[in-house]
Amino acid sequence: MTLFQILIPFLVAPFVPLIGKKREGRELGIILAFIPFLLFISFLFEFINLKPATITPEIYQWIPSIGVDLAFRSDGLSLLFGLIITGIGTAVFLFAGGYLGKGMETVKFYIYILIFMGAMLGIVFSDNLLLLFIFWELTSFSSFLLIGFKHKYLASRYAALQALLVTGIGGLSLLAGVILINSVTGTFSISAIISDPSMLRESSLLVPIIILILGGAFTKSAQVPFHFWLPNAMEAPTPVSAYLHSATMVKAGVFLVARLNPVFTGIGLWNDSLMIFGGATMVVGAFLALKQTDLKKILAYTTLSVLGTLIMLTGYGSEIALTTMIVYLTAHALYKGTLFLTAGAIDHSTGTRDVRILGGLLKKMPFTAYAGIVAAFSMAGIIPMVGFVGKELLYETAMSGEPALFFGVLFAGVIMVYSAIQAGIHPYFAPEKETPLSPHEGDFTLTAGTVTAATMGLILGILASNLLTGMVSLAVSPVAGKTVDVSLGLWHGFNIILLLSLGTIIAGYGLYTVREKLYLLPQVYGPLEYLMPSKLYDKALNLLMFTARGQTSFFQNGYLRNYIITIFATALLLVGGYFFYHLDLTELVIDPSMEMYEAIAGVVIIAGAIIATVAKSRLYAVMALGITGLGVALVFILYGAPDLALTQLSIETLSVILFVLAIYKLPKFLKLSNRNSKIRDLIIASTMGVFITFVILAVYVHEHSTELKNFFAAESLPGGKGRNIVNVILVDFRAIDTMGEIMVLGIAAIGIFGLVKLVRKGG
Amino acid sequence: MSTLILRTAVKYIIPGMFLFSLFLLFRGHNEPGGGFVGGLVAAAAIILYTLANGVEKAEKMLHVSPQKLIAAGLLVALLAGITGWIAGKEFMTGIWLDLPIPVMGKFGTPVLFDIGVYLLVTGMVVKVIFTLADTREEGNQ
Repeated sequence: MTLFQILIPFLVAPFVPLIGKKREGRELGIILAFIPFLLFISFLFEFINLKPATITPEIYQWIPSIGVDLAFRSDGLSLLFGLIITGIGTAVFLFAGGYLGKGMETVKFYIYILIFMGAMLGIVFSDNLLLLFIFWELTSFSSFLLIGFKHKYLASRYAALQALLVTGIGGLSLLAGVILINSVTGTFSISAIISDPSMLRESSLLVPIIILILGGAFTKSAQVPFHFWLPNAMEAPTPVSAYLHSATMVKAGVFLVARLNPVFTGIGLWNDSLMIFGGATMVVGAFLALKQTDLKKILAYTTLSVLGTLIMLTGYGSEIALTTMIVYLTAHALYKGTLFLTAGAIDHSTGTRDVRILGGLLKKMPFTAYAGIVAAFSMAGIIPMVGFVGKELLYETAMSGEPALFFGVLFAGVIMVYSAIQAGIHPYFAPEKETPLSPHEGDFTLTAGTVTAATMGLILGILASNLLTGMVSLAVSPVAGKTVDVSLGLWHGFNIILLLSLGTIIAGYGLYTVREKLYLLPQVYGPLEYLMPSKLYDKALNLLMFTARGQTSFFQNGYLRNYIITIFATALLLVGGYFFYHLDLTELVIDPSMEMYEAIAGVVIIAGAIIATVAKSRLYAVMALGITGLGVALVFILYGAPDLALTQLSIETLSVILFVLAIYKLPKFLKLSNRNSKIRDLIIASTMGVFITFVILAVYVHEHSTELKNFFAAESLPGGKGRNIVNVILVDFRAIDTMGEIMVLGIAAIGIFGLVKLVRKGG
Repeated sequence: MSTLILRTAVKYIIPGMFLFSLFLLFRGHNEPGGGFVGGLVAAAAIILYTLANGVEKAEKMLHVSPQKLIAAGLLVALLAGITGWIAGKEFMTGIWLDLPIPVMGKFGTPVLFDIGVYLLVTGMVVKVIFTLADTREEGNQ
């Protein structure tokens, strides 16, 4: 069932061009929005009927030889993420069609985002670490395509590549961690690892495993110092930012940490790293959000801050902290997805995202305004939103922990209020100003999703004590690794936490009143933002390019003679050196007796080779080489390999023709080599010849296994129904090899065609 | 190289070469031969024609473009592999017809595979030769 649910987006993706070719963007959006919507309904039913005690993984064999199964697990955590992915997905699918309009670009967009949705569902439902990794990489890949969606712009391509490289390196780190886990426990199954973590926890590889896994999670969830890719990723179309870079993909790191938390929690390195890096991201993200004037950038930096908060909360590890994490995560997905989409709707209708010139949209865009305001209330943590429940819990958790983190939480809380006012209140209530386009409300595809998502945040807040409590308790138990009693409420009476809440709201509003001064902050701390990580990334990338360029011009210098020298010299130094070092001359058996006809074949081959080297023109050289080739064919005949001889004969004939045709195009034959290079070539060539000769002699000394030979000889007729063993091997026993070889041949033909055509065009 | 003698001789030699290439292909399973060498001989026949009459005429004589031969070869070989799959066995498992066929003996997917190799090798060599021997574009420049 889960397998089917995950496969649906992948199965639909190829048909999008058919559905979307002739349709308006909004029509296509409405049709395709049914896919996440129906999945949402199916997850909802599963979630309602979920009985934590009876969860059994759903397993299909895939690659049993290395223990990779299509194993899925739908527990509370996966289903909550599944609901967020498909729920926000429905809003985004609906929105994007109207936002992007008609055309092939929109079709492409839906293909990418369907692939992304499938991959993201794959991550959260996987019960196999390698399977999870595959989906993980697939999200990085689809994110690359979506960030670079406006691929004509340099900034888009730069941001796409940056996101791919940063999350890609993290992906490799995750893969290494997964392999280490497998080497310790002997399994990739997440259920198995969680149910018996003792082997991992006592392993000597525990420290590298934790570091590698966190490397994957921190890059994906944009934790300091890898945070820089996320704000740049805002180059993507707004629906993508809402979906991937706020509600779902960037939470994959948080999900991974939450999923594996029962295994590692209690280990100092795990909890401390989560708290330190998460806390740092929370503060840095909030701080960088201060000076932003672009709606999307404001939302991006506050997303960073929230991601940090979620990671930090997991690091606290207590039941209340994990409960907070789940509530906060749900609240964030709802309000941030909404705010991103309202930002997109505002951009769509006014032509700008600059908060300094936005205002007075309340009457012009009433539905968008409703969604934006409700979401902003949730973001600011104002009663009765679900964000309020999350914020109360957050302050409660923070008060029990490190004072430094407590102040960090308060700092981020204030800026969250400030940013919420900017993104969700200011555009509607500020005095109206001149905007590039005259503002108007979009049709229902641009408003339905945001209104619903914002209202969900309101409902979950009001029903905190039953609906939210039920959801969260199912989702938090898998994170804690035990059953957690959750009892949430909207109203906790007048206490210190409420006072703190009130304080942050007032302080946030205070910041808003002095916003004009904050916008000038770049002059004060501008260099800070460009401090190390992103600069380091640029430097590393430049260095890589520089090295690649140098290496290419050194090795791929375009001179065939240099290639051959490099290949031969490398072979001689590495293989030849080892070979001669271990060679026992006394072992070699040299039988000098030979028949007359053998001697003749030998003389023909050698004579051909010598003539080729001293030939005065290319044509002579080619013919001399042909003689050598025919001599070799003669040897094949003499030693009973008619198949080889036949092929060799045809090949020789054809290559002489090829050479002649190629020579026709070459410049005049010139003597380019001087005395020294001739001597060098002579030495390399003869050493190579000697080396090969000794290799052949050495091969004869050692008994080699006759098992294969006997097998093929015995099985050729009964198994392969042919008496020609060589051919039966080629087309039956080892047909897959041949398949690969002929594929290479075909590609080579295309390559030669391309080379010759390109040279012709260039010349 | 295009002389009357060569052009006339080629007319009579080529059918024989094609027949020989098919002979090599189909006897390959039991006697020396096979798709690879058969393909080379077929290519040699086409090249001989090209040398005598030029690329343009050779392309006309061939009817299909060599890259289509390459594609067809790959598809036929793949089809031979998939047949085993469809029959419920491992990919590339040989499936044989029980009927005896004159000249070749038996027919089965390995023979089909060999035909794929034959087509691809022919197409590949001819494509390369056509590319190198084609002087039309240069003449225009």
